[in-house]
Amino acid sequence: MAQTTADGIVGRGNTDGARLFREWFAGLTRAAEEGRGGAYVFVMGSLAELLRTFDLPIVFPEINSLQTAVRRVAHEYLNEAEDFGYSPDICGYVKADVATQLRGGELPMGRIPQPAIAVYTNACNTYIKWAEIWERMYDVPIVTLDVPGTRAAGTQTWPGDPDFENDRRYVQAQLEELIPLLERVAGIAFDIDRLRESMHQANAMTRAWKRVLELNRSRPSVFNALSDGTIFLGVANGFRGSVEGARYFEELVEEMEYKSAHGIGTLTDERYRLIFVGVPCYPIFRRFSELFTELGGTFVSSTYLHFASGGTSLGFEYDLERPIESLAEGMLISVRDAMDNMFFQTDMLLEMAETYAVDGIVYHPIKSCRTVSTGLADNRRALMARRDIPSLFIESDMMDRRVVSEAQLKNRIDAFFEGLAARRQQAAIRDT
Amino acid sequence: MAYAAGVDVGSTQTKAVIIDEGRTIVARSLTMTGANVIRAAEQAFAEALTAGDLREEEVEYVVGTGYGRYKVTFGNTQVTEISCHGRGAVHMFPGTRTVVDMGGQDTKAIRVSPSGEIVDFCMNDKCAAGTGRFLGAASSALDIPLDELGPTALRGERPVKISTTCTVFAESEVLSWLGKGKKIEDILLGVHQSIAARSTGLLRRVGIEEEVTFTGGVARNHAMIETLNRSLGVPVNVSEESHYMGALGAALFALDHILAARIPARHDA
Repeated sequence: MAQTTADGIVGRGNTDGARLFREWFAGLTRAAEEGRGGAYVFVMGSLAELLRTFDLPIVFPEINSLQTAVRRVAHEYLNEAEDFGYSPDICGYVKADVATQLRGGELPMGRIPQPAIAVYTNACNTYIKWAEIWERMYDVPIVTLDVPGTRAAGTQTWPGDPDFENDRRYVQAQLEELIPLLERVAGIAFDIDRLRESMHQANAMTRAWKRVLELNRSRPSVFNALSDGTIFLGVANGFRGSVEGARYFEELVEEMEYKSAHGIGTLTDERYRLIFVGVPCYPIFRRFSELFTELGGTFVSSTYLHFASGGTSLGFEYDLERPIESLAEGMLISVRDAMDNMFFQTDMLLEMAETYAVDGIVYHPIKSCRTVSTGLADNRRALMARRDIPSLFIESDMMDRRVVSEAQLKNRIDAFFEGLAARRQQAAIRDT
Repeated sequence: MAYAAGVDVGSTQTKAVIIDEGRTIVARSLTMTGANVIRAAEQAFAEALTAGDLREEEVEYVVGTGYGRYKVTFGNTQVTEISCHGRGAVHMFPGTRTVVDMGGQDTKAIRVSPSGEIVDFCMNDKCAAGTGRFLGAASSALDIPLDELGPTALRGERPVKISTTCTVFAESEVLSWLGKGKKIEDILLGVHQSIAARSTGLLRRVGIEEEVTFTGGVARNHAMIETLNRSLGVPVNVSEESHYMGALGAALFALDHILAARIPARHDA
């Protein structure tokens, strides 16, 4: 972990992120102990801005599950869910959450409250079946927000376009149905001014997050999209719409601008700039990152920073004069973008490769999430057909240590770097 | 005369190759890897020195490769077997653009540039289907020595279809075909065709560009060469040194280091 320097700026994002995380879980533990129900949500379209105004503790089961893997206890949770009857082949996040529920919400980071409601989108098909588990377990309302996706690659529409406005009205109508339900579940009346304030904070976070991402164009890069980026994502999701979340990202901009201005990189010797595609390998999270950093490779960007940031990465800002309509716009734009980052990523990756001046792209499909992994091989082939850029295809898992082979990963990663080195050497020979 | 060595510590066997400055192989050795990987590497290197009538100090640079490359404790550096097989194959067959390496536990499809750099590669993941171990399972099930598998398969006329992709289950599938009265040669031809099909699938993932060179221990098996030729639709190059290709590639990288060290440093004004 980065050390905070005397001036108190470098490393602050990681330190503050860890502190906010502890505070978040302390709050969830208190809510669980008081018997208060939480709003269960997911990273792609969490609606945290709205849910926060009903004083509902917000629970992100995906983040809880990945934390069990990072803390090396995921296998205990996975085994428990499999003993309960869940197949080894389904999403590891789901199984870790099932075991968490069976344990009364106990997690290494604290205790989570039971759900009072689940609100989620169709961005991932597993979300829908996952929520049905809570419905059966606790007999709580679950709400699927049906967000129309992009019809084909490159056909994203924007506000003002007739198709967009039709889709926006469809999403808005669902939000208008959701609000009375939230009032009943939370037992408090909807306050549109609180929503405005929450959206105002989300706007500040969005502006800052976009700037943070841009700052990693610096050479050397100022943060590692895989290791540091995951901390940022945790705050972007857990604190979206809050004062603390907005302040965190504004301070993160300060830190990254400082590092950029002073040439302080995430690596002392940055030799290769890479893009990461997919979900990280959490069971060996630190080691996985080291397999690249030890050879001078750093991830300057990733698709994960986009599809798992709740739409924060895009820079779309809400119009506070018409909050519900604008919330629907933001929902539509961000969830579509999340899906496009998983399914139609070629153009976006080519642009990212250019913008961030990268040397290679690493594809990391995972066994237990077919939603993000299916199609990666074809996407890679499509990208290679359009641009002569080295890429690596390695497979493991986000949760399940049983399908993570460090030796096999290392062998492939080492060979990839040998290829990068040879390519650079050849280029140098051509240039002389 | 300086010499360079490559030591390829594979999952099943350890190979060592020593070359001279003219890139000619002057000695080679092969030993079973076993449980003591460090000792296997030392033994292979020592045996190669003996075979070449060389003293250890005459070998200026040693590169370790293979899964046990970090266990070549006397080596100067390590290079993955993916790069080494690519380099070795292009050295033996300069027209090589695609390499298929079949080893004990993995099969690699490698696409290389004309100068031998890796353009792309693909390997079997977490499963030994389509590797030498698959043949080992058939050998064990049929009680036929490994060296006789190929000649026996070549006598097959009506190959059975081996549908399993699991090396462990392959053994029971072979036995079930025996139970149905199928001839051993037809079963073995089916086993070879199954491996060739899996390897062709891997090769398609990196893109098959001629010439294709077949390396690794399994390349000594003529039935494998023939079934691979048919599956790919193009004849593969096979060198007498195919088994040593990883070690040869490592030795070539070692020689690069020796020659690079001789170039006087350029002092720009």
